[in-house]
Amino acid sequence: MRVDENVTAGSDSYYAAAKKNYPSSVSGRLRTIKWSVLIITLGIYYFLPFIRWDRGPDAPGQAVLIDMAGRKAYFFGVEIWPQEVYYLTGLLVLASIALFLMNAVAGRVWCGYLCPQTVWTDLYFAVERWIEGDRRDRILMDRAPMSAGKFLRKAVKHLIWLLIAVGTGGAWVLYFGDAPTIIKDTFTGNAAPIVYIWIGMLTFTTYSLAGFMREQVCLYMCPWPRIQAALTDEWALNVTYRTDRGEPRMSVKTGATAKVAGAAVGDCIDCKACVQVCPTGVDIREGMQLGCIQCGLCIDACDTVMKKVGREPGLIGYDTDMNIARRSEGKPPIYRIVRPRTVLYAALIVIIGGIMAYTLANRAFQGVSVLHDRNPLYVNLSDGGTRNGYTVRLINKRPQERHFVLTVSGLPEGFMVEAQGVAAADGKPVVEVPADTTRELRVLVMVPNGAKLSASTPINFYIVDTDNGEKASASDFFKTAGAS
Amino acid sequence: MAHEEIDKVTGVSTTGHEWDGIKELNNPLPRWWLWVFYACIAFAVGYVFVYPAVPLVSSYTTGFLGHSQRASALADAEAGKAARAEVGKQLANASLDQIKSDPKMLEFAMAQGRAAFGDNCAPCHGSGATGSKGYPNLQDDDWLWGGKLTDIEHTITVGVRSTSPDTRMNDMPRFGTDGLLDAKQIRNVAGFVLSLSGGSVKGADVAAGKQIFAENCTACHGEDAKGSTDLGAPNLTDKIWLYGGDEASVINTITVAHRGVMPTWGGKLDPVTIKSLAIYVHDLGGGT
Repeated sequence: MRVDENVTAGSDSYYAAAKKNYPSSVSGRLRTIKWSVLIITLGIYYFLPFIRWDRGPDAPGQAVLIDMAGRKAYFFGVEIWPQEVYYLTGLLVLASIALFLMNAVAGRVWCGYLCPQTVWTDLYFAVERWIEGDRRDRILMDRAPMSAGKFLRKAVKHLIWLLIAVGTGGAWVLYFGDAPTIIKDTFTGNAAPIVYIWIGMLTFTTYSLAGFMREQVCLYMCPWPRIQAALTDEWALNVTYRTDRGEPRMSVKTGATAKVAGAAVGDCIDCKACVQVCPTGVDIREGMQLGCIQCGLCIDACDTVMKKVGREPGLIGYDTDMNIARRSEGKPPIYRIVRPRTVLYAALIVIIGGIMAYTLANRAFQGVSVLHDRNPLYVNLSDGGTRNGYTVRLINKRPQERHFVLTVSGLPEGFMVEAQGVAAADGKPVVEVPADTTRELRVLVMVPNGAKLSASTPINFYIVDTDNGEKASASDFFKTAGAS
Repeated sequence: MAHEEIDKVTGVSTTGHEWDGIKELNNPLPRWWLWVFYACIAFAVGYVFVYPAVPLVSSYTTGFLGHSQRASALADAEAGKAARAEVGKQLANASLDQIKSDPKMLEFAMAQGRAAFGDNCAPCHGSGATGSKGYPNLQDDDWLWGGKLTDIEHTITVGVRSTSPDTRMNDMPRFGTDGLLDAKQIRNVAGFVLSLSGGSVKGADVAAGKQIFAENCTACHGEDAKGSTDLGAPNLTDKIWLYGGDEASVINTITVAHRGVMPTWGGKLDPVTIKSLAIYVHDLGGGT
């Protein structure tokens, strides 16, 4: 190793202060899409908990609710029990394949339009622009010494940012309880500590990540940009500066002179509008890069400029590097949205979504599970018969009380089933299970003397709704000392 | 930085470090990252002073907060005890039937009974309450001293042939050892007794045995041989045999008259625990 004293002298520069971005405002087609996505996603996030949904007097009346205490999750007409958590798994699988599909079609759609970090940062930028003015004003104000006006503007901006941040945490907790009640309790100081803790945490993360960290989150904290590099391919559309058209870049004036001289002139006039609108501060003209979240704002900025100077829009657009090469060689560009990768992802989404929808539509609203006593496995009775004990749990997923007849099959005639604490009709226990809950019972099955059973006999437990005949069953075994 | 060397391929400056001709590029880390790193160090230092951290020869630094997992576990246990005392009070004042019919008290009594059974009863009766030879099976439907809630509670309280003055007590004569019956007579009466539940003894005169039974055994076991829970006399007509139901075991029982002992729990366990045990045992196989 070569020792160089200069290195230690300049070691400070191994770290760089984050360069503050001052993205300027822009308007255009993609900006409109981004505003719409922002309004829709944040609208859903902030207002969904307030939608009511009538489920009867004993169930919560909130359309979307994760009831931790009641161990249930509600989504409009769907009610998910903890043992059905695979629906959540399914949703996550769908979400990830949807991300893969987005990537295969048009690159980092998630990063540019849908990611909470992007959406909230965009909202914070909008507030900043509204209070402090556009790019130039903000740069000048940051350079200027502190004054009453500057202080006031900064204070108002941070106040609004904090209000948004508190609202973000505030909306989060509304998904875990009755929204109006939580709001009232929160403001009157009666809410549970966990409510304030969550509001505090999300206020902190929203304020710091959207207000200060911004593109640093994408560049240094988020794993997704790295993963996406592995998911994209040469066919995927990405926000691309069409070098074949833009280079060599030069100002309009220089370009006019060069043209007269017969030199090659690119369409890029090097106005840097694309760089100035970029929320992460990258130069798209350097090609695909980690810092580019592909929000497409540079496309809007460039199109505006191109229109102004009377050139074709689309110098920056959704395109592929492959097409840049093809055009340079004078071949027409080719686009293939439908290709094995996208078809596979779409098919997976349809299949998994279909399976989930099918099972959701056909799932049973009752269930029974049986656990055989482990110690003792069987009890010899005074009349020479044998008794087995079971713990039976009946599940009622309907919002009303139901009665189930409990029966057992698989044993020779003469056996008896007794559910402790439950009255029997016709020798069969009729179990009342309250609305939307489970009931655990101790069930004894007795086989009389002389039944001559082997050491283990497979049996089935059935429950049948006395009203509508809906059924569920579970299998277990009847144990004896063995045939003698 | 005084040193400035730009790598030709990437256009990035190098740190000046070089290993076998490979130069390290200087892509600077964000400075906030450095601050987070320093903050973590500061946190770790603070943690060492506030919480137990550094092992010493025979102890460790306890930290300013004096936190200890053992102490917090003990506090949790105390809190649990206090919470149990609340329901325990209810149990003390309630009758066994009231406890049995109140789901909340029943759940509590069952849990406490299960724990107390494991601690006190399982050594003889087994963890599954199935007993073994000489130790009654509490899961079945045969009860020497009665299977009602109150019977069971009383048996637990006073014990059987225990040191308690109120103990459950009976005294089957040692027909063989004390010479009350000879071997032939014992064989005959054993034959009669086993015939009641469908068994037999080789070479036994059942009719003679019946006569001997009427003269010697009916006082306690009853004329129908079904025993008596008041006297703790076993039912001899069923299939449950505490000391074995085969030929040799029954002859042995008549000869030596086993006298099982169960300690009195009245002074050792508090009334609420005994109630809970009674509820738990009754739930296993008790009758009405």
